[in-house]
Amino acid sequence: MPKRTDLHTILILGSGPIKIGQACEFDYSGAQACRVLRREGYRVVLVNSNPATIMTDPEWADATYLEPLDAETVTEIIEREKPDAILPTLGGQTALNLAIELAPLGIELIGADLSAIERAEDRELFRRVVQEVGLHVPKSIVARTPDVEFPTPAIVRPAFTLGGMGGGIAFTQDELRATIAHGIEMSPVGQVLVEEYLEGWQEHEIEVMSDSAGNAVVVCSIENLDPMGVHTGDSWTVAPQQTLSDPAYQQIRNAAFATARAVGVATGGANVQFAVNPKTDEYRIIEMNPRVSRSSALASKATGFPIAKLAALLAVGFTLDELPNDITGKTTAAFEPALDYCAVKAPRFDFEKFPLAERKLGAEMRAVGEALGLGRTFAEAFHKAFVGRENAPFPMPADNDELVERASKPVPERWDLLLEAAKRGLELPGIHPYFQERLREVAAVPARISRTPKRLAVDSCAGEFEAKTPYYYVTHEGEDEGPPPSGKAVIVLGAGPNRIGQAIEFDYCCVHAASALRKLGYEAVLVNSNPETVSTDYDTSDRLYIEPLVPENVLDVCSLEQPVGVAVSFGGQTPLRLAPVLAEAGYPILGGVLDSIDAAEDRGRFARIAGELAPKWGLAENADEAYAVAAEIGYPVLVRPHHVIGGRGMHVAYGPDDLDVTGPVLIDSYLEGALELDVDALADGENAWVAAILEHIEPVGVHSGDSACVLPGPSVNAKLEAEIREVASFIAKGVGAKGLLNLQLAVHHGRLYVLEANPRASRTVPFVAKATGTPLVENAVRLLLGEKIADLGLPEVVRPTRAWAKEAVFPAERFPGAARRGPEMRSTGEVMAGAATPAEAYMRAVRAAGRGKRGGHILPPLQASGLS
Amino acid sequence: MHPMSSLLSRPQHLVLEDGTVFPGIGIGAAGVAAGEACFTTSMTGYEEAVTDPSYVAQVLTFAYPLIGTYGVDEIRMESDHVQCEGVVMRDCRPEFAAWLKQKGVVALTGVDTRTLVRRIRDGGVLRCALGDGTPEELQARALAEPLIDGRPLERHTWTPEPYVIGEGPRVVVVDFGSKRSIPARLAGAGLEVVVVPGDYDADAILDWSPRVVMISNGPGDPSVLTTQVETIKELLGKLPVFGICLGHQLLGLALGHETVKLPFGHRGANHPVRDIKTGRVIVTVQNHGYAVIADDDVSHVSLNDGTVEGLIGDGFASVQFHPEASPGPLDALPFFDRLADACRSAPIFTRS
Repeated sequence: MPKRTDLHTILILGSGPIKIGQACEFDYSGAQACRVLRREGYRVVLVNSNPATIMTDPEWADATYLEPLDAETVTEIIEREKPDAILPTLGGQTALNLAIELAPLGIELIGADLSAIERAEDRELFRRVVQEVGLHVPKSIVARTPDVEFPTPAIVRPAFTLGGMGGGIAFTQDELRATIAHGIEMSPVGQVLVEEYLEGWQEHEIEVMSDSAGNAVVVCSIENLDPMGVHTGDSWTVAPQQTLSDPAYQQIRNAAFATARAVGVATGGANVQFAVNPKTDEYRIIEMNPRVSRSSALASKATGFPIAKLAALLAVGFTLDELPNDITGKTTAAFEPALDYCAVKAPRFDFEKFPLAERKLGAEMRAVGEALGLGRTFAEAFHKAFVGRENAPFPMPADNDELVERASKPVPERWDLLLEAAKRGLELPGIHPYFQERLREVAAVPARISRTPKRLAVDSCAGEFEAKTPYYYVTHEGEDEGPPPSGKAVIVLGAGPNRIGQAIEFDYCCVHAASALRKLGYEAVLVNSNPETVSTDYDTSDRLYIEPLVPENVLDVCSLEQPVGVAVSFGGQTPLRLAPVLAEAGYPILGGVLDSIDAAEDRGRFARIAGELAPKWGLAENADEAYAVAAEIGYPVLVRPHHVIGGRGMHVAYGPDDLDVTGPVLIDSYLEGALELDVDALADGENAWVAAILEHIEPVGVHSGDSACVLPGPSVNAKLEAEIREVASFIAKGVGAKGLLNLQLAVHHGRLYVLEANPRASRTVPFVAKATGTPLVENAVRLLLGEKIADLGLPEVVRPTRAWAKEAVFPAERFPGAARRGPEMRSTGEVMAGAATPAEAYMRAVRAAGRGKRGGHILPPLQASGLS
Repeated sequence: MHPMSSLLSRPQHLVLEDGTVFPGIGIGAAGVAAGEACFTTSMTGYEEAVTDPSYVAQVLTFAYPLIGTYGVDEIRMESDHVQCEGVVMRDCRPEFAAWLKQKGVVALTGVDTRTLVRRIRDGGVLRCALGDGTPEELQARALAEPLIDGRPLERHTWTPEPYVIGEGPRVVVVDFGSKRSIPARLAGAGLEVVVVPGDYDADAILDWSPRVVMISNGPGDPSVLTTQVETIKELLGKLPVFGICLGHQLLGLALGHETVKLPFGHRGANHPVRDIKTGRVIVTVQNHGYAVIADDDVSHVSLNDGTVEGLIGDGFASVQFHPEASPGPLDALPFFDRLADACRSAPIFTRS
């Protein structure tokens, strides 16, 4: 069936700010959808409140609205744009929920219709429709008497008791009757829910693609290494599935299709989750998502099959057999990828940021990011995912019993503990025997064998056809499948797994850096381990490597590519940490930025450069010294412990009694009540060109990543602005900054201070680029390649296209205390909104963050400003 | 590596007829195996694959590197022994390795299978040998191996005596090396299945008074089975004739079409096939080195290379792929229902 010609304008709903469980995978999927639908001649209208996304760059849609994703706002947009259809399946749960709310407008949904969304989302309805077609869901009954017929093991939950009090697990029929009797007694209504106990069952996921002709294929099977009970987003996973025999696998493959049909998924991607009993191969369907999901992004990157791109095309009427397989160029999208490697995904946690939260995994997702490792063996893929998380090592329990005891619980560091237990030859409790064997293999294999690196293609067909897309992983066997060094490759190092403080903003910068390099005639080579991102889309660069961002693997890529430069300025701290190793190995760092970064990060050097502009500060080795240093600086002071993970223990001391010092600390004058400003600028080693001066809503002391800010800053008058421009050039020259330069400034009692200088991409780059319509990253790349600011053809001063505001979003519903703003960053994402005045823009941003319900109206799309 | 397997394993080689050497670790039986090197991209179903009689005279390479991950269960065997001449893997689990050894199969693990697969893909199938011996000896053995094409295979893979399973209207399966799943699926569709040896002539087949005849899969070059093609010609018109894989190729020859050798065959569980009548695409299991060349009678085509994947006409229907799956997707199972329907509506064959 060819594409639909009755549709002209399609509205794509984004997923809003990055939250736990909803991260950059929806930028990846939305951006792909925008690209292919416009290529097919549709007019694309996009709504998303997340400024750090690639999809909200003006060139991706015909009309882009950086507006709150609520029904009222989107209704306004619909009234203006009059779309023929809404595509809600690429913006996560946010977009699906919004689509349900917008149903009264009667606009056609493509990809999934309203009833399908309802059947998938409503648990009871879902159970009913899948049972009706003969599929299995977890058994459950309501009991009012102990005389019930129900298989054991079973879990008994009394109705209406606090925290499930009076419930229990029964392994025999006698225990079952006793537990039910007890539960009935405990329940105020004399009633218990008896459910099948699925602990110890393996969890599997199947990624399905279907089209309007009724064709369906499985893109990927994914098996969780953690058994049932841990959210799949928090589980280590492997693709393809490992423990199911062919008949057992075909059984759930068929059940996945039947589920998609029963729910009524019209076209596109869907994800079905199963529990499978490892002894009997019985299955239970746990849930399904009638949309592109985090698992789809993982499946896409693990197989090379572009799920989101195809989902968008299927939604407008194409069928799978009409769409080409990009990778082979010969075959069609109507096939199932065959792998000749395995893909392991590891979750990345940030519990250190939330000391009040219990370090335990369960039904609710806690992971903030993930790393993907590909290898020819399980051990190789596991090892890549393990180091790809970029976690600092932590001390292991010396006592073997304690180690095994801790490893038996679903804690975030479980697989670190299990691997240590495997190394010590101990028991590996609570995981499938197959994964126990594999873990013992991982423990036995040296972390790294020094051999010549080779590139193998991620080709979706296990080598059966020649791969046309340059998407690789590095291993140490086989024949190198990449081209010889071209002499014009520039490697852009990505940001690795999302974490608090380093997320999608840096991926945005890496993607733009790659695109700028391509435009300038270089070959852009991307290295990243994060499967959620746009940077790991094989269309983004000339060559893509899924590899952990650790020295060994990045050096392997460098040795294969022989780059003319390695860009370390765009991926946050991750590439900066790698830069010295790469420089030492003789690889040129783009722009030669190492010294300027050192000048900015070494407090002593920086204080000498900044002179009077730096607030008073000092170092103390212990508590005694700290009292002396603090007294010298003058209270209040901000105290930062040295070398701690996640910046824990940072505090403000108003007097000696508040000092809490146990080791070496850095002490800064705390400019209480100061106005804080964030400056994003471009620099060429001599001069700086200021793109924007953002004014923080919160005073100094709140981490800049957690601060709301507005542009233009109401407190920034012409005199202050002129002073800031001068200071920016002064600092740029002082540290020798090239490319992007971010300054944290404070105005205290009428005096301007420089708190920090970061001669690299900052978190606010995407916001400023959008607010001013200036391609900051592209210009930064040109500066890193040696051009001067005067060569860039920039206007003398750029003004924001309208008043803009940005607000942070916190994982408060998952971690207690997460929304308390302080010196430590805790937000996972941000929203952006515009209006006529900064105050109104802030109001809109608060609304977009989900904390306000009213206020403001939509403005024309970004494209209307004429600056795009 | 499992502690036990290191005792049983030893360095060995796989050598292609052109002298290319692939080192590996021998984990199977002693001796040398030789045959046509081929590969499957299926990621599950290793017990089914190695016991599939269609792999006679071939050395089977698994493109997917992790083999044996879910253990071994002989219930999944597709015949009573391992049929391929040798097995080549990247990373074989100890239990499956021990089983291959017990079954007397020469098998290698630790082989750079991706390079081997790409070699076969680019250069076409070629002969190889593996096992105990120097690379020179193995190359000589590979070159001494007769080509599969143009000759009948020495080893017969059909049942020596007829046997019957299931109840219902009767179908005769002419066995050229049928996977167990084919009669099992037919019986499951409510038929009485009589499996007869592949060298039965038309009279011997018709003596069973079937309503339909089904020609099974099997190994080798279809074009040399001229007697069997004549048998099928005799059957056509007398009662409905169905075919799977080799059976489809023989039916094609009986209908006057030709068969051709594919560069490296279709072997895997992810092959998309379009049903020309409905336009629907199904994902099929395939294992064949030859294809029928036909302009008419075509019911299915491969989306990968456009080759014929099925034939249909008055009194016959066949598919090149494996509707019985085992291993692989079950998308094509309705083939057996159609066959069963035909069987129920056809008269019992009686000589006029």
